[in-house]
Amino acid sequence: MTNEEIKEYIPSIAPNAILDETGEWLNITIEPSELKSFATALKEGKLQMNYLFCVTCVDWKTHLTMVYHLSATTHRQSIVVKANVNREAPEIETLSGLWKTANFLEREVFEMFGVNFLNHPDLRKLILEDDFKGYPLRKDFEDPINMIKL
Amino acid sequence: MYNQTEVIKDTSELGAEGELIINMGPQHPATHGVLHLVVTLNGETIKKIEPHLGYIHRSIEKMCESLTYRQFIYVTSRMDYLSSHINNLGCALLVEKGMQIEVPERAKYVRVILSELTRIASHELWLGAMAMDLGAFTPFFYAFREREMITDIMEETCGARLTMNYIVPGGLMYDIHPDFQKKVKAFITQFKAKVTEYEDLVTNNIIFQSRTKGVGVLTAEDAISFGCTGPVARASGVSCDIRKLYPYDVYDKVEFDEVIETAGDSFARYMVRVKEMNQSIRIIEQLIDTIPEGDFVGKTKNVLKLPKGEFYTRVETARGEFGIYVVSEGGTTPHRIKFRSPGFSNLSALNHMAAGSKIGDLMATMGTLDLVIPDIDR
Repeated sequence: MTNEEIKEYIPSIAPNAILDETGEWLNITIEPSELKSFATALKEGKLQMNYLFCVTCVDWKTHLTMVYHLSATTHRQSIVVKANVNREAPEIETLSGLWKTANFLEREVFEMFGVNFLNHPDLRKLILEDDFKGYPLRKDFEDPINMIKL
Repeated sequence: MYNQTEVIKDTSELGAEGELIINMGPQHPATHGVLHLVVTLNGETIKKIEPHLGYIHRSIEKMCESLTYRQFIYVTSRMDYLSSHINNLGCALLVEKGMQIEVPERAKYVRVILSELTRIASHELWLGAMAMDLGAFTPFFYAFREREMITDIMEETCGARLTMNYIVPGGLMYDIHPDFQKKVKAFITQFKAKVTEYEDLVTNNIIFQSRTKGVGVLTAEDAISFGCTGPVARASGVSCDIRKLYPYDVYDKVEFDEVIETAGDSFARYMVRVKEMNQSIRIIEQLIDTIPEGDFVGKTKNVLKLPKGEFYTRVETARGEFGIYVVSEGGTTPHRIKFRSPGFSNLSALNHMAAGSKIGDLMATMGTLDLVIPDIDR
């Protein structure tokens, strides 16, 4: 399977997706509400994207962008799925039912960026202390000890 | 959510009769670092394992947002300290890819040799420590005897034994020591003569075999679903060697086999690492005599600026796929940087692998995951 075939196939499962080819891999931006169904189609459909190797979030000061890096053990092509969520009350559906690794990766994003993953089986802090206030990887986070100044 | 500082919960608080919660760590001889596992037991059988992380969390990703592309490499040595060369290499490759920097052949050869030496050193340490976790103390000294030779080579060439910071964008920080080739060859001779001792001491040891065979089984489907990479996934029959799939530097010029086992148990993970050491030796042998003459570092600007965009590189560390994701806005520092650490994903499979087995087998399962805690916490 080549990048071209993936590019032609994506609109058939997500007609509203925005494709971006400027980077190394194909970037697909979709609405957060469509994420779950789109991810299910990617994993169980023709593309067989069974390997979720990176989940993270980027703070753009106006909004947050969830970034999912996906690959397949069969054809080894990687794609990037993105979904923009608002910064005040970020919410997105969990993917832990599709890929088990998402459980831990989403917990990390939850504590570092404050993104609420709907229907997550165990959404608790993983790395930070239980009583930690704020979301450290957001751009406006003020570190009380002032170790890091951006 | 419950308090992490609680030592042992009163069993009467829990619904199930005979259920006991044991806090393993954060200070525990077998976790090799500050990892805290909350183990729920029913008698001797493990019902659930919950890892609590963060005891060595330094927020390296946030730190990197204020560091330049020359500086952030030095922080990555402190993540997976047993694969520091390979972490540095991943960062250097990312900057080189983003800025299209030409790397001299000499540097590429030396980087691959150093990466493989690092892999052997890491596996040696793991072998000794893992055997010690299972109660065999002697292999630790045997493994460290060979590992010491590698750290000596590193000390001579890089000036450091653990956090090397030797690989920089464009090549190497300075040229290799004149004795480098001689010492590496001496190491290869020593290693080949002594590797059979590991086989006799550990591999063919009946106690070791009965403690690891069939313990902590991970199927191929689960290994993929949990995002496992490196020896953990390869022991379950998943082909995932980055050096083979997405070759970097001179890995496409050397011949080596991707070691794959299919049993998926602790013994298979052990075998993968032991065989990988031999493959690493094979790679070094092909390169050590043919290191080309020439520059050791390419031409780079003093101030590195990555163009606007997103970059991702991956390298194969001793623990699996180490990925670096950088979002650049065109400045001298990254807007966002994410380190995809292999240990983090491998650890997430621990509960699945150990649930249902006996508490005594947990050491074998966890030992063969080869966890490095600073790599998981970042």
